[in-house]
Amino acid sequence: MKATPLSNCERRFLLRAIEEKKRLDGRQCYDYRNIRISFGADYGCCIVELGKTRVLAQVSCELVPPKLSRPTEGVLFFNLELSPMAAPGFEPGRQPELLVQLNRIIERCLRNSKCVDTESLCVVAGEKVWQIRLDLHLLNHDGNIIDAASIAGIVALCHFRRPDVSVQGEEVTVYTPEERDPVPLSIHHMPICVSFAFFQQGTYLLVDPSEREERVMDGLLVIAMNKHHEICTIQSSGGIMLVKDQVLRCSKITAVKVAEITELIQKALENDQKGRKEGGKFGFAESIPNQKITAFKMESAAVDTNNVEEQAEEIITKAEPPSEVFAKPILHTVGTAQIGEGIENSWGDLEESEREEAAEEEGESEATAFECQKMETEDTSTTRETKKDEPIVVSDSEEEEVVILEPQELPKKTRPQTNSKQETTSKKAFNKRRKKKRAAH
Amino acid sequence: MMAAKEEDKMAVAGDGCCLRPFSCEQGLLSRPDGSAAFLQGDTSVLAGLYGPAEVKGSKELPDRAALEVLLRPKVGLPGVVERSREQLLRQTCEAVVLGALHPRTAITLVLQVMNDAGSLLSCCLNAACMGLLDAGLPLSSLFCGVTCALDANGAIVLDPTTRQEQEARAVLTFAIDSAERKVLMATTKGSCSVEEMQQCLAAAQRAADTIFQFYRDSVRRRYSKS
Repeated sequence: MKATPLSNCERRFLLRAIEEKKRLDGRQCYDYRNIRISFGADYGCCIVELGKTRVLAQVSCELVPPKLSRPTEGVLFFNLELSPMAAPGFEPGRQPELLVQLNRIIERCLRNSKCVDTESLCVVAGEKVWQIRLDLHLLNHDGNIIDAASIAGIVALCHFRRPDVSVQGEEVTVYTPEERDPVPLSIHHMPICVSFAFFQQGTYLLVDPSEREERVMDGLLVIAMNKHHEICTIQSSGGIMLVKDQVLRCSKITAVKVAEITELIQKALENDQKGRKEGGKFGFAESIPNQKITAFKMESAAVDTNNVEEQAEEIITKAEPPSEVFAKPILHTVGTAQIGEGIENSWGDLEESEREEAAEEEGESEATAFECQKMETEDTSTTRETKKDEPIVVSDSEEEEVVILEPQELPKKTRPQTNSKQETTSKKAFNKRRKKKRAAH
Repeated sequence: MMAAKEEDKMAVAGDGCCLRPFSCEQGLLSRPDGSAAFLQGDTSVLAGLYGPAEVKGSKELPDRAALEVLLRPKVGLPGVVERSREQLLRQTCEAVVLGALHPRTAITLVLQVMNDAGSLLSCCLNAACMGLLDAGLPLSSLFCGVTCALDANGAIVLDPTTRQEQEARAVLTFAIDSAERKVLMATTKGSCSVEEMQQCLAAAQRAADTIFQFYRDSVRRRYSKS
């Protein structure tokens, strides 16, 4: 789909409103939208809603060999995806510049700030370390993707539990969640990005721009900070020129906002932890509010499956008999099987490549998980019988000797017997244009 | 065999003849034309729909709408499993959407897996149908997805959890339409006999009644204050 363009009158209206310190949704210049954090059933899965912007985060882990330059550190991998449902302009397969920019900011915010302790992710130095993978999916784009994504990322990392590992000499044991409780990641601090949008060459400033405001802004300043007032990342894009005290003012605002957001995150994590410990229900099902008119829940429903067998039998007897049943598959060798038989080869007059002699079949056919129930195991370890008949001269040319081998009729389509393997192979009667020694087996 | 037949009133999640608790929320995303989140027990899928909208030149169909389905897993890039499920969903949706009313347009359905705890394909089908309803696209009938698993004894388990799917001999998913409870799509994994498949289909049609009642109640609630 194409992105809907912004009309000129809309642009003018937004800019005029901002000059009068008014925002379309009624917020003040420094106000954030409502942040709502909900957790999924798995550890490390959460959804963050910043107003209407919605981001899904999932953390997963895997044991991998470490990077050669850092043999005692774990590996962190971050990936932000703009789902095609987030906005009409996002198409699958195309990487807009925006995506690269966002990924870079998230990486700098979470990786370079060293908020996750990578040394604790080492299991066996130089051989096995944990790779922590964070996947962020933008589900709805209503502005300020960076903030929502950074909050979702850090919340998911704090929520995640990795399997417990014990190392005894050379042996490494990874415990399943049932054997030993999974272990949280070691997080030093929580960096959170705060975005500022500038209008009219830096005169007006808005915190947490919505999608419309982002479209008309001149430039964006992103500051990532933790609650200890340490700046983790700062980036200014859009080519606006900022004065020093503007930047300092923004960083003070950031400190206030980050403190509020960090408190919110802590509360949400505690509530979820409490809920899980008390054995209550958790997961996205619980986060759907009951009072919304657009949401509906149904309890577990029983389905009456009495007389299902009778009904099924009725259908089968009334239905037409199934079409011709093909012969069951025959395993020639491992990886080569044949189902049914082909029709007679009609390429009689063309050059034929040498016929490969099939290897003698040995062994039973392997029973695989997807084997048809009707297939019996077949013992195909019989020697091959080849009947070579009299060569029948087809063409008058003296240079060619056309030999028809095994000119029997097409075999009937029945279940092949073990001793008539030659009927079931693909070596039907065909013409060969070469001298063939008749070998009697 | 059908050991749980007499005790099918037991409300145990994923038990032989029970569907897990369902939840659905419609219209939860502001940008897509239609959106729905569907939850079956712990499995949840979010569907977002755009359409009928402008289509790029090569994909344009002169007589009907071009339907595209995208399924995104939670972790990693979409692979072959997602592609095959996309095709199944697309064929099901094309059978019900009256595409002839919107020629030379594109309808894009994006599904995001939020949690996979078994019966994922049927959850995707249900989310897709609720998304189509929310977007207001013209449909000839509704459809729903039901997954059945056949365990080692041959007992039918409806709406199986991940563990039940892994231990099952065969897992079958059906898309059932609402007009005459006919089959729109059937896909199986594993081996089962013809009789067993017909039994699963009959059980799925019974379960479809419950699901369609859920759709009706959910839409009735939504439009109750008008």
